[in-house]
Amino acid sequence: MADMNTSALHTVPPIALRRRITDHVMTGAAVLTVILVLVPLFAIFAYLVYRGVGSINWAFLTQTPKPVGEAGGGMANAIVGSVFILALASIIGVPLGVGAGIYLAEYGRNRLGDVIRFTADVLNGVPSIVIGIVAYSIVVLAQGHFSALAGGVALAIMMIPTITRTTEEMLLLVPQALREAAYGLGIPRWRTTLSITLRTATSGVITGIMLAFARVAGETAPLLFTTLGNQFWNLRVNEPTAALPLQIYTYALSPYDDWHRQAWAGAFVLILLIVTAVAAVRFAVRRGTFGAA
Amino acid sequence: MQAAPTLRGGSGEMGDRIFKFAMLACGLAVLAVLGLIVYELVLRSGPSWHAFGFKFFAGHDWDPVNEQFGALPFVYGTLVSSLLALLIAVPLSIGVAVFTTEMCPAALRAPLSFFVELLAAIPSVVYGLWAIFVLIPILTNYAGPFLGRTLGWSGIFTGPFYGVSMLAAGIILAIMIVPIISSITREVLMVVPQHQREAALALGATRWEMIRVGVLRNARAGIMGGIILGLGRALGETMAVTMVIGNNPQIMKSLFAPGYTMASVLANEFSEATGVVYRSALIEIGLALFLVTIVVNALARLLVWTVTRGQPSRANG
Repeated sequence: MADMNTSALHTVPPIALRRRITDHVMTGAAVLTVILVLVPLFAIFAYLVYRGVGSINWAFLTQTPKPVGEAGGGMANAIVGSVFILALASIIGVPLGVGAGIYLAEYGRNRLGDVIRFTADVLNGVPSIVIGIVAYSIVVLAQGHFSALAGGVALAIMMIPTITRTTEEMLLLVPQALREAAYGLGIPRWRTTLSITLRTATSGVITGIMLAFARVAGETAPLLFTTLGNQFWNLRVNEPTAALPLQIYTYALSPYDDWHRQAWAGAFVLILLIVTAVAAVRFAVRRGTFGAA
Repeated sequence: MQAAPTLRGGSGEMGDRIFKFAMLACGLAVLAVLGLIVYELVLRSGPSWHAFGFKFFAGHDWDPVNEQFGALPFVYGTLVSSLLALLIAVPLSIGVAVFTTEMCPAALRAPLSFFVELLAAIPSVVYGLWAIFVLIPILTNYAGPFLGRTLGWSGIFTGPFYGVSMLAAGIILAIMIVPIISSITREVLMVVPQHQREAALALGATRWEMIRVGVLRNARAGIMGGIILGLGRALGETMAVTMVIGNNPQIMKSLFAPGYTMASVLANEFSEATGVVYRSALIEIGLALFLVTIVVNALARLLVWTVTRGQPSRANG
């Protein structure tokens, strides 16, 4: 063996030119793909800031929409409506998601846990428009009219799988010794889970909630036939409500220049909301309290 | 996790039982939600199913006025726009993933993947807005005429081109699924054992040969999973596509022609659909979309799991 190796080393020429060229070409190709992917990203953000910042004014942030075709007005009711719908979604989705995550992490090492885990993953892939149809069927048809609640239910359904899976992951990161120490002190299991395990994993669990929030904040499809949209202010659970993404959609497809301007302004506000949430998540994770895990 | 001490006060045990029950209820709620989705979709698509049967997905005509419903143009539009998106996005995503894991300086790695994942945080409706005002003008002024001149003979880049088209839908979908495919590919590439790379290099492989033989070949199943996950997202994507595809329920060979997808027809027509059959026909399209994405996603998860969970244990054992 040794003989063959040394003789091979002597006879094999330095890496052939063709192979070296291939290597360089493929490296170049990889760099090219990175550029091709980053160009639209920067184009979108640059254009968004360029059109968005130029389009935001006091009226946009404080007034409701003007009648069709009339210039001026704003999306104040849609911004508030979005926050309202997202709050409803969080009230429904966060406790359910965190609870399911606790079940999976603390009691879910069995067949049922596997089924729930798989179901959550499947639920994560269901198209948002389909969830809109279901929310329409169970809330709008039952109530007899479109409502903020229906939109909140749709978005909550979309938040649950993400929250469940990240909560589970974060709880599993908490060292087992911590739980055992609590049991050793005679603390009941439920107190241990809530005050020790969940407490330790708080920043991670919040990360999951924020990710779910960021994911649904810009959703439009599930709101089309649930909250429907509204030209006026509304903060009642049972009434159709304006939402920022819906308003952007309607205005983008309209033939009016002033509405196009407002669509860009709306998109800028929406992105600002989401990017702030994502940045907050990154910040929270970096200085996370469970560095020991 | 188990083995809580047996010596414990009665109140604790009661509390434990209530707590476990409450958490179990939350877990079961996840199952209930999926069950509810299936139940509602099946129940409410019934009238359409009874009226048309399997012919529903083979029919060409979508005529709400005469209550004639055939979903083939939407199925065709969904498939063609998604496959076009994959055709564009797969090479790009794998390139980005390979570059970030195997080639780029360590200092660039984190910001690069952060930027690519930022693409995933942009809402669909904003992509649509950008596509209408930036992408489509570029396509009609530059890319369209160029493709018509060079590839017009193929028959898929012919006819009048007004921007809103299958081509625009495919491109915007591609931009949207790149972050999904590349982030999963990156995850999979990172679990390929280091000794595979070292072995390839020790045999005298160049870096590209090492990546091809030692890394990509080992990660094939996982990359396939990422691609299928991207496909699942593309199939169900609604807003951006609805804004640029032209919403024309006809099957056209040319990518320059407008089309329609299953998700788009739901977005456009559901809230205005009057009549039991019309509405249930739309819900049946939703049911089909749901079933397809479930199968696609389950397949993808399985493939990714075999790599990220199976491989390290095999390497250790």
